[in-house]
Amino acid sequence: MVRSRPAALPESAQAPNGAASLEAPQPDGGAAVWQRRHVLDLDDFRVDEIEIILETAKAMKEVLAREVARVPTLRGTTIVTLFYEASTRTRASFELAGKVLGADVINLTAAGSSIEKGESLIDTVRTLRAIGAHVLVLRHPMSGAPYLAAAEGDAQVVNAGDGWHAHPTQGLLDLYTLRAAIGPLAGKRIVIVGDVAHSRVARSDIWGLSRLGADVVVCGPPTLLPAELGSEHAAGLPPVAVETDLDRAVEDADAVMTLRLQQERMTAGLLPSLREYSRLYQVNEERMARARPGAPVLHPGPMNEGVEISAAVAHGARSLVEEQVTNGVAVRMAVLYLLRRDQ
Amino acid sequence: MSDILIRGGRVLDPANGVDLARGSVRVRDGRIAAVGADLPANGARVIDAEGLLVCPGFVDLHSHLREPGFEYKETIASGTLAAARGGFTTVCAMPNTEPPLDSKAAVDFVLGRAAAEGVVRVLPIGCVTKGRAGKALAELAELAAAGCVGFSDDGSPVGDAAIMRRALEYAKIVDLPVIDHCEDPALAGGVMHEGWVSTRLGLRGIPAASEESAIARDLALAAQTGAHVHIAHISTAGGVALVRAARGAGLRVSAEVTPHHLALDHETVMGPSRGSGRGLAYDTGAKMYPPLRRAEDVEACVAGLANGTIDAVATDHAPHAVQEKLCEFDAAAFGMVGLETAFGLGLRAVATGALSLERLIEALTIGPVRALHLDRRLPGLGTLTVGAAADLVLLDPEREWTVDADALASKGKNTPLIGRTLRGRVVATLYGGELIHEERP
Repeated sequence: MVRSRPAALPESAQAPNGAASLEAPQPDGGAAVWQRRHVLDLDDFRVDEIEIILETAKAMKEVLAREVARVPTLRGTTIVTLFYEASTRTRASFELAGKVLGADVINLTAAGSSIEKGESLIDTVRTLRAIGAHVLVLRHPMSGAPYLAAAEGDAQVVNAGDGWHAHPTQGLLDLYTLRAAIGPLAGKRIVIVGDVAHSRVARSDIWGLSRLGADVVVCGPPTLLPAELGSEHAAGLPPVAVETDLDRAVEDADAVMTLRLQQERMTAGLLPSLREYSRLYQVNEERMARARPGAPVLHPGPMNEGVEISAAVAHGARSLVEEQVTNGVAVRMAVLYLLRRDQ
Repeated sequence: MSDILIRGGRVLDPANGVDLARGSVRVRDGRIAAVGADLPANGARVIDAEGLLVCPGFVDLHSHLREPGFEYKETIASGTLAAARGGFTTVCAMPNTEPPLDSKAAVDFVLGRAAAEGVVRVLPIGCVTKGRAGKALAELAELAAAGCVGFSDDGSPVGDAAIMRRALEYAKIVDLPVIDHCEDPALAGGVMHEGWVSTRLGLRGIPAASEESAIARDLALAAQTGAHVHIAHISTAGGVALVRAARGAGLRVSAEVTPHHLALDHETVMGPSRGSGRGLAYDTGAKMYPPLRRAEDVEACVAGLANGTIDAVATDHAPHAVQEKLCEFDAAAFGMVGLETAFGLGLRAVATGALSLERLIEALTIGPVRALHLDRRLPGLGTLTVGAAADLVLLDPEREWTVDADALASKGKNTPLIGRTLRGRVVATLYGGELIHEERP
């Protein structure tokens, strides 16, 4: 049994010879089909599913550009944002996305709710469904929590970030933003720099970028890189190149994605100092000069300016940070719309 | 009590080198009276074993029966019933109860409950340190006198090398092994094996080196002290290689492996069919210490069992209540129930061709007895020797069955095997000549 089980990629992503393929095929007839009840992860998304979200997001951006950005599409839908962790942009972005589409949005945080009294995630999910929540937007510090919520309740679940595992709408908005800036991603060299091991954003970015055919390079100190990423033995991971030297990594890069460095990585003994980290891994103009001319820089926020990114890059012409935030609303509108369209 | 004659089955008694294609076993007064090719009934009650394997009852070196203190997870009554269903007639009870088995009073309590409500034999294992706190030695001699067959702080390693050294030295007074849960606390702290699956799921990993470095330390201390160390639930290829080298060097070391580490790898955590929309990802039923490792580690454990590096298959039966597993993966308890699925999982290793059926049976019977010298107290345990207690199991190695939570005798339903099909079923179990479990199709 151990031997016979192939890497756990979806059936749709299996190559005919049985080997795992990351070039997800188009469905029969090439027509885009959206059938998902939940958005939990990007690891099993087909190309056509990503495309339909990005196309829909484009339409949503037009809605957002209107004088009165409000449509009745999701009238009667109740969305609950349930956040077990602090968040500014993701929570606000989902709330705005829901409201622009005419949904009722209820925001719950762990602090001040029954979660503080020890209510389990499953009970909370069931309670929210019982009061009429159709869509649950869940942020949770433990990897996999949205899978539990999706399996145990009958609400539709959108993962708004779980532990180190996934942040699919961030991954999608990064794809949208990148493509708007540099065009189709196939064959493009995209460098992801920083604390990949503890980053759900990095994981979703890696899956999404690989699916769309980008050449992904991951760069950081080995203490902040996850086990076996880039290894040929890692049957169930996307193929990426791993580089510990940022100067080499950004050579001819088409875009650079930086990640937030959490202060607790220092106390955990994973890094000697912020000083050394910023010296080795800060994305700054000097390093970006090695990339392709005009190569953009992304950051999921919140930024530690002067640590993983220089102020000049963060606020300069290359920076797509604000576009990421704006596109985030459109992408989340697209996700909510597609999830509710046929319900 | 009238005689019982079990006949028509393949009688396999590895301890005595007995393998009769169609043999008979006669039981009288709760003991083995005769083993032969074709014994006459002579008025005995006949149990038909046509098409079945007839073996000594299994011996488990590693069960968590949870009583006292955690009766909501399992009791001695429910745990020993699960044992009987799984073919085990002797189970060693781990001492991480509440209170822990670090005193004669606690050991007496377990033996009293076992005598009153136990379905099979219970042999307690005492703590190495008081309160399992890893600071001061428990009264090992008194624990031995109370009936303990070994010492372990299982669930935790003996983290302090100096305490482990003194425990090994002191245990020589009673000539019993120290059973160590090998894990370097500084390298552990994760929730599954560190590898590509942990990367994909975003879960904190436990590197193989955590076990390997702890085994290396224990082997060095075994060499230093000349004492017997028993390596609990070995899970890594590196660990198996270390034990093999130590045995070659003549150290007093023995080792056990769980059925799940012989048959399941870390991909099990992703659930039965991740990505297809069916099944549950982040399967907390597959969360355990030590974690399920790579396929290469599984192969090394099977090979180690086959070549004698590993003495015994031990279940590490670890029942938990539903709510302790029906939660976020990080929050879930460690462990799976193992008594009722041990034979079926062991046969999966046999099905790979790397392990013989005979060796599997040996590792479930006389292997564990010899590893912990249990036959000093209980002569004939794990054998069909004439005069030994009539502990027997009848097995159907071909019969397929689907693991159903409701049908498990254990209170714990925590196993990644729920809904999966196993080949190999325990048809009947006799304990001291009494039929304590029988299930005919």
